[in-house]
Amino acid sequence: MVTYILRRLLLSIPVLFGILFATFALARLIPGDPCRAMLGEKATKVVCDEFNHRHGLDRPIPIQFGVYVDEIAHGDFGNSFRYSKPITELLIERLPMTVELSFAALLISIFIGIPLGVISAVRHNSWVDVFTMMWANVGVSMPVFWLGLMLAYIFALALKDTFFQLPPSGRLSPGIIPVPFFETWGMQLSEGTFLFTVSDFFSRMNILNAVLSSDWTLLMDAITHLILPAFALSTIPMALIARMTRSAMLEVLGQDYIRTARAKGLIARTVIMKHAFRNALLPLATVIGLSLGGLLGGAVLTETVFNLSGVGRILYDGITARDYGIVQGFTVVIAIFFVALNLIVDVSYAYLDPRIRLN
Amino acid sequence: MATQTSSPLKLDSEVLTLESASLWQITWRRLFRRKSSIVGMVILAILILLAITAQWLAPYDPILSMLDSDPPQRIQKRSSPCIHAFGCAPDQPQHIMGTDGNIRDEFSRMLYGARLSLAIGLSTVTFAIVIGTVLGALAGYFGGRIDNVIMRIMDVLLAFPSLLLAIAIVTVLGPGLINALLAIGIVSIPAYARVVRGSVLSIREMDFVSASRALGGNTYEILFRRILPNALTPLIVQGTLGIATAILDAAALSFLGLGAQPPTPEWGSMLGAERNQVFTAPHLVFYPGLAIMLTVLAFNLLGDGLRDALDPRLAHIS
Repeated sequence: MVTYILRRLLLSIPVLFGILFATFALARLIPGDPCRAMLGEKATKVVCDEFNHRHGLDRPIPIQFGVYVDEIAHGDFGNSFRYSKPITELLIERLPMTVELSFAALLISIFIGIPLGVISAVRHNSWVDVFTMMWANVGVSMPVFWLGLMLAYIFALALKDTFFQLPPSGRLSPGIIPVPFFETWGMQLSEGTFLFTVSDFFSRMNILNAVLSSDWTLLMDAITHLILPAFALSTIPMALIARMTRSAMLEVLGQDYIRTARAKGLIARTVIMKHAFRNALLPLATVIGLSLGGLLGGAVLTETVFNLSGVGRILYDGITARDYGIVQGFTVVIAIFFVALNLIVDVSYAYLDPRIRLN
Repeated sequence: MATQTSSPLKLDSEVLTLESASLWQITWRRLFRRKSSIVGMVILAILILLAITAQWLAPYDPILSMLDSDPPQRIQKRSSPCIHAFGCAPDQPQHIMGTDGNIRDEFSRMLYGARLSLAIGLSTVTFAIVIGTVLGALAGYFGGRIDNVIMRIMDVLLAFPSLLLAIAIVTVLGPGLINALLAIGIVSIPAYARVVRGSVLSIREMDFVSASRALGGNTYEILFRRILPNALTPLIVQGTLGIATAILDAAALSFLGLGAQPPTPEWGSMLGAERNQVFTAPHLVFYPGLAIMLTVLAFNLLGDGLRDALDPRLAHIS
């Protein structure tokens, strides 16, 4: 197992380098020189030379690339010139929102998608199966941004003043200001320390923060605000997971050992959950892993629709403001994050299926 | 000797054409056996029909605002749909899907949007298939270092979530429909390269390829005329499903303002332009989104149907 993980780690190094090279090249390919993009059309040659020298842009390209890799390795992802802040700082501010949203969406899609898929396979060709498959087909074809807007319309306007009313945008109702859990615990953390940064990061996830500081009003408010975006974001992965669970289960259920298990008198529940489902988990791990990339892409759209200040939203703002620093920095971070996630999926795959480790 | 070498070749090609003809017939028949693929084909047929006849069906100009129309109509912007058959006052001008924020007939714009969406899907996938096939075929056929280099580049492209990579590419190239299509095309190359490489790897070892090689066929002839035609089936399936993804991604880019620019009647950008009006004029968000969903659904259903119909594992069952 350890050798397998090590080998997978080694294999992802060239990919990481490729990612860095791609984002580096992306930034150099931007039409027009960075100096005039930053300082304006009227910048003179002297000013520009000074600028290029200060930012190391007059050095040979390979050296610039080396410097870039070195900076990334030290956790420096560049600066946003719109916010005049380092990308790392913006990440700590914005990432918790996106993590919370994606995590909620993933949980919804797993907890609805898997049971639906299992039931469809067990009751093959029943109305549950037909309905699930129809719905899964519609689900994968759904534009996330459209679904989000329609959900906002239905739950915030059409169902206004009913029990089902949900807020159409934002993370919290006006007037509700979350207090970081470490402050309610009475911890004295000085800014800039590692512990503060980590606590600060986690306290920005409203639901986690509310639970940790047992603030139930905050918890309810955060949850009601998260339901619609999380549900909108979860449709595509949910549909994929339901489909994959169904087909994997159907394949496994047709095998001889399942018949043996049934023949030796095991109850249906044990056969389905212990014998069949465990083996159907394999392809499921891949689909869940692949959905994570879609979730990150979908988060950009969902956050834009629901006006949530997450990574996606800042990326969108960065694009509209031509803040290349943000686009480049966030693309690198997300790609590295994505490679790490794929690595985890591969390792879990190897854990679930010992045959993979041997190859 | 000459007759001996030419006759099996001739036979071989006869068998090939016979088989391929029947394969398509079988596929076609199987496609019609599935309700879902029929639904997909019907939606697609209607869409293609609407796209072709858009210029005759559309009651108004899709781009010109009716504010400048002659004679000037007293029509409000973002007015709700008005259909005479469903009780809308007859003295009001009929707008089946209402009007948009620039006083244009939404229905006419939707019709032209069908044209654009189909073109977007087909052009990006064609671009990606051509490049992906060449790369995948080279990687699979030659193997070794060429394979390594090509597939590692594909791995890097796959390492980015596709929509985010497309966003990054468009940011560099500048917003616009063509750039958005290029970005989506680039992002979808790896899927085709992988599919083709896989097929080529398995076909290259087959006897008929060795036979062609023994007969002195040159590399490119073997690759492009013997191997690739046999690798077509998975490519068709992947391509059909790929059109669905391409349309969805292009709509998303346009929604974010990176793709088609106003006043182009593109569904994603129509939806994006009016998204802040969802509470006052929901029809302007509802119809374009529904159209995107139906188009994507049609290609997904057709792709799934094709996959099942072309899957050799199912061949002996039905």
